[in-house]
Amino acid sequence: MSAEMIQTSYREALREGIRDALKRDARVFLMGEDVGRYGGCYAVSKGLYDEFGPERIRDTPLSECGFTGAGIGAAMGGMRPIVEIMTVNFSLLALDQIVNNAATLRHMSGGQFNIPLVIRMACGAGKQLAAQHSHSLEGWYAHIPGIKVLAPATLEDARGMLWTALEDPDPVVIFEHVMLYNRTGQLAADAGPVPIEGAAVRLEGTDLSLVTYGGCLFKTLEAAGQLAAEDISAEVIDLRCLRPLDDATLMTSVAKTHRAVIISEEWRSGSLAAEVSARIMEQAFWDLDAPVGRLCTAEVPIPYPKHLEDAALPQVSAIVDAAKAVLNR
Amino acid sequence: MSDLYRMPSLGSDMESATLIEWCKQPGERLAKDDVIAVVETQKGAIEIEVFHDAVMGKPLIEVGETVPVGAAMAELEGIGDGIEQAPSPPVEPPAPSGRRRASPAARRLAEARGIGLERLRGSGPEGAIRLEDVQRAVQAQAPKAPLPPDSKGTGLGMAAMRQAIAAAMSRSKREIPHYYLSHDIDLTRATQWLGAHNAELPPDRRILMAALFIKAVALTLRKFPELNGFDRDGQFEPSKAIHVGSATAIRGGGLVAPAIHDADQLELGPLMDKLRDLVARVRRGGLRASELSDPTVTVSSLGERGVDRLYGVIYPPQVAIVGFGTPELRPRVVEGEITPRTLVTATLAADHRHSDGHRGGLFLAKLAARLQEPETL
Repeated sequence: MSAEMIQTSYREALREGIRDALKRDARVFLMGEDVGRYGGCYAVSKGLYDEFGPERIRDTPLSECGFTGAGIGAAMGGMRPIVEIMTVNFSLLALDQIVNNAATLRHMSGGQFNIPLVIRMACGAGKQLAAQHSHSLEGWYAHIPGIKVLAPATLEDARGMLWTALEDPDPVVIFEHVMLYNRTGQLAADAGPVPIEGAAVRLEGTDLSLVTYGGCLFKTLEAAGQLAAEDISAEVIDLRCLRPLDDATLMTSVAKTHRAVIISEEWRSGSLAAEVSARIMEQAFWDLDAPVGRLCTAEVPIPYPKHLEDAALPQVSAIVDAAKAVLNR
Repeated sequence: MSDLYRMPSLGSDMESATLIEWCKQPGERLAKDDVIAVVETQKGAIEIEVFHDAVMGKPLIEVGETVPVGAAMAELEGIGDGIEQAPSPPVEPPAPSGRRRASPAARRLAEARGIGLERLRGSGPEGAIRLEDVQRAVQAQAPKAPLPPDSKGTGLGMAAMRQAIAAAMSRSKREIPHYYLSHDIDLTRATQWLGAHNAELPPDRRILMAALFIKAVALTLRKFPELNGFDRDGQFEPSKAIHVGSATAIRGGGLVAPAIHDADQLELGPLMDKLRDLVARVRRGGLRASELSDPTVTVSSLGERGVDRLYGVIYPPQVAIVGFGTPELRPRVVEGEITPRTLVTATLAADHRHSDGHRGGLFLAKLAARLQEPETL
């Protein structure tokens, strides 16, 4: 692996991933609302229309159910479609296609058809886009057998998950948190595909495990830095893959630290955070030295005003407080 | 005012004890230091005392019952104001509801190490026991398997005794940075003085060299407070009183080091009586709680067993142990002449956290000087 690093952004890393896939495999194409001439709502596909042309970068009508279904049909027909849905809220219009068709057809056809489809969508709050464009419903998708659910948070994962997902024979849903698109950093110039299974320990620690993913990863790492200044050694786990969950990494960490707090931007009730907490209780109960903590979004539709939006979301200071709470400090 | 009489701690290695008999009946008056009951511990049958004047109330446990340190044993009534209060029990009593709140990790470790949760103080919410509370208890004592049941009656459980010694000595060697010094002391004068002193006395009144050693150590310690007291969580707590624990072997194996209280203030005769009494009670049982729990220093003398010197292992939480080998005739240069003299090698093992070799050396030198003037002991 080359030591050469380039300065890039999460958005550019995603774009390089798409470009790489388009170049590797002629069956790959991208479709969605405004992905072509406009360059994508979050500018992820900017420039690809000019480079690859309207056959492979396809603008669609405003019908999530229609173009997601078209993607499923294309995948069944041997293509490798990438469907971009502007935001997770709009994906609810395509739930029938995703849950009833994409996730089930392999099973219902007795393995005769599989659906090598990738659906990308933006999620999360923080851009004052209010209650219809800001939600974190990835836990809903992670509930569904038959699909894989990914949440790339780092540049490496943004760059590398797409190709691996396209190679998977089953549908994969990728959640891109809107607050990550502008994050910049160093990425290996030859960065390429990464595994789409397994959680990653982003920071090693001994006193407690902070379990998170996606948009909360960097808030959590910042909180871990503040905790370190108070002599609390936090381990930070990035789930990366929300379905299937990597139980082994979680339990290994909890066996070491004896305490866990899950940080996610979902609502607490019925959340993925609840699932992770339950698994820790089931599999690592005798390792626990404190109840598992959860820090989630306030149970309100995400507010529009900045101060209320900030107040509703998990923030660094609240993560620090939640960590201290399980340490009885 | 009423209060509860709780199982006292008779040493850092004691976790629980079994009630053998009540020495007082409900309604009976108790004076401070009265023996209230006899309990069976790893060290054998021990008489335990009350800490204040009171009236014996309702017993809360029955003969044969084993309860942890700190558990309520009986009610005490009529404890007046101004009367000395009992030292606070070393551990938090069990929660009234019976089940202690404890985290799963704390429970698992406690179970693995045979530590009773009821004797731990919980630092978590509402007194819940957390992992670190158990870890602290594990550190405070050597890991132990559950004790094998003792043979019936009040005899010593040898396996339990062995484990108690193992626990204390392991903890000592794990936690205490020992330093060792040794010094040959001329006992020629002391031997002659003792011979003359004993010449007219019947055998049961004669004084043994061991008593001289204990008295000399006790007197010398007055000037060396850093060797007399206790380590409490790494802090030294000097003791004004000098209670010398006298290491005493038990027939069949094992040993205890019960205290001769205020050894520096005892005349040699009474000191010797106490020594005899202690040895007798070690052999047949009947040591008192305070004798076992409060020595501030230990003296170990291998007496007539024929070894030149012994290096002791400090008994936690004490900070020093003085050892004496067998006194014997050895050649020594005195005023340019090689002459036979009665010599004993005295050793000091001390806790380097609380004293240094320089002071330890001065202590042995002072001890040697003391033993040159046996008539002042």
